Amino acid sequence: MTDATANSPALPDRKHSGSLMEHTARTRRRNNAEKRFRAYGLAAIGIGLAALIVLLVSILSQGLPAFSQTFVTMKVYLDPAKLDKSGTRDIEQIKKVSTFGYAPLIRAAMQETMTANGIDPEKFGLSEKAAEEMISKEGAAQLRNFVIAHPDQIGQTVEFKFLADSRIDGYFKGRVSMASAKLDSNVSPAQLQLADALKKAGVLKVGFNWGFITNPDASENRPEAAGIGVAIIGSLYMMIIVLCLALPIGVAASIYLEEFAPQNWFTDLIEVNISNLAAVPSIVFGILGLAIFINWAGLPQSAPIVGGLVLTLMTLPTIIISTRASLKSVPPSIRDAALGVGASKMQSVFHHVLPLAMPGILTGTIIGLAQALGETAPLMLIGMVAFVREFPAAPPEGFFDPASALPVQVYNWTQRADPAFTERASGAIIVLLIFLLSMNFLAIILRRRFERRW
Amino acid sequence: MDTKEIKFECRDCQVYYGDKHAIKDVSVDIEDKTVTAFIGPSGCGKSTFLRCLNRMNDTIDAARVMGGFLLDGEDIYDRRVDPVQLRAKVGMVFQRPNPFPKSIYDNVAYGPKIHGLAKNKAELDEIVERSLRRGAIWDEVKDRLDSPGTGLSGGQQQRLCIARAVATEPEVLLMDEPCSALDPIATAQVEELIDELRANYSVVIVTHSMQQAARVSQKTAFFHLGNLVEFGETGEIFTNPKDPRTESYITGRIG
Repeated sequence: MTDATANSPALPDRKHSGSLMEHTARTRRRNNAEKRFRAYGLAAIGIGLAALIVLLVSILSQGLPAFSQTFVTMKVYLDPAKLDKSGTRDIEQIKKVSTFGYAPLIRAAMQETMTANGIDPEKFGLSEKAAEEMISKEGAAQLRNFVIAHPDQIGQTVEFKFLADSRIDGYFKGRVSMASAKLDSNVSPAQLQLADALKKAGVLKVGFNWGFITNPDASENRPEAAGIGVAIIGSLYMMIIVLCLALPIGVAASIYLEEFAPQNWFTDLIEVNISNLAAVPSIVFGILGLAIFINWAGLPQSAPIVGGLVLTLMTLPTIIISTRASLKSVPPSIRDAALGVGASKMQSVFHHVLPLAMPGILTGTIIGLAQALGETAPLMLIGMVAFVREFPAAPPEGFFDPASALPVQVYNWTQRADPAFTERASGAIIVLLIFLLSMNFLAIILRRRFERRW
Repeated sequence: MDTKEIKFECRDCQVYYGDKHAIKDVSVDIEDKTVTAFIGPSGCGKSTFLRCLNRMNDTIDAARVMGGFLLDGEDIYDRRVDPVQLRAKVGMVFQRPNPFPKSIYDNVAYGPKIHGLAKNKAELDEIVERSLRRGAIWDEVKDRLDSPGTGLSGGQQQRLCIARAVATEPEVLLMDEPCSALDPIATAQVEELIDELRANYSVVIVTHSMQQAARVSQKTAFFHLGNLVEFGETGEIFTNPKDPRTESYITGRIG
């Protein structure tokens, strides 16, 4: 009895702790704090979603018009007297006729089309030349390319779809109005009225703009002809190079570091440096590429090979980090099981660990690729901002030809004065976003397919 | 019983994990066609010692193993020994059932495949069936060899792992607490299986359950704090322990 009281202090009397039906002040405070926290969370998500919606709406509203284009369909008489003075149909002779030689044909065709449809440009107070200006300056070049490709058509009358000038095009997209045309030296209200009349007559039509996707870039004063063809090819070539280099190198490096390398200060140092590399600003990789690949190794400027190499360097840390993380997440019991039945280290990695890590590796790779696809800064340093109109050849030679890249093309177009280029820049962003979304979608599908439970 | 051939001869074995001396001066003779149980409280080094017998400790960088481990008179830590070859001879079953996330068939066929034990598909099929029968799981899975091994129940998975271990025709089978993740029914099945395996293999089993050691083993080794306290006939250890520590452990006073 004495022992018990000496060793354990007497317990205080238990007091009645109140009804469960009433919340104590402390409980109320806790519940309120939780409610506030939920409200913060909802607000944060709301702000994020609103920003995303504003971004998408602004890009779509600005960029979607880039996918439609106003065309003028006319019958053009390919006058042999002008196009082939020698009459021999010799392609070299035909090539000697510059675009200036084609302009009169278009002017004549325009005149004829208008008369055929009972439209008199004089009624709008327009000269023949002013009427012809409604056709893109690219029109003559289009026609010349056609004739060079089909010299047998000389002397015939062919129906031809010309691009309308960007101001006329803008008028039908709402970018140009009568009021703005009054102040614009490139277009007059009378030309817009004529355009209306031509549209009524069915000569002028708005259609889907395949040229935007397939054409190369065009000069400052013919935005209607500018397209992202070269940029898409350039980006595609770079992605091929990045995939072919970064995936095997990154996966091999991660497997070695994760499964085979001894744990010592040297591997620790490598690990820290890889993490740091992932955080290096991408423009630094651009400078590195300029110094090493172009200045030292002598690779050509603006070429997808250099861009691909630079982006590979940039993507490697991302791939290595994600691959190591997914290798780490494979349960060690699987390695034990493989070693236990007498598999070698390499067999256990390649037969068991790697297949289980595959979804993570693929996801990391695709995220790395997507990052590389949207990268602008390093490409500018290695000369991919150049104005490229020639399509690069098929790989592998094409890897060394000058090309552009999608994000650089966007940057390039936003620098130009004509508002038609702003529209095209937004259009190119839409294409870029579609590529990124489809890559992410692919990542999800691959992950679903490869995912296995253990 | 004493006439049995000695399969594993371990002499003055030491294991260090970094600075920690995990196994101190352990000498044990493991007989062929016998079940030897290692018992002892958690952290006494019995699993560590077991993992030395097929060099699984090689995968842990910090572990250092010293002393003589002679399998049929050959030192398994000799420079010329390839651990891969050793592990084909000394199979292992782990504490948690760890089938590969592949089909039941592939789980069992993997070992024979990488060791080239089957010349063709028919031979491989035969090995798989024989191993699954020896693992006492054939009747339960013969109709669904293509379904994933991870889809089986815990007890079935463990028997699949045993079948996988015997598929490579090992001479010694190491079992690291094979029943600790299983319910009593599955445990009884696995114990029965261990008793059958004794006919062909030398089985070494680590267990926390003294009843299990008493039921399945012929020889028992009691480990305490890295020392081998007592080693002898199972009946002898449980009824007439010589060391007071063994006695207090099996009567439940330390552990």
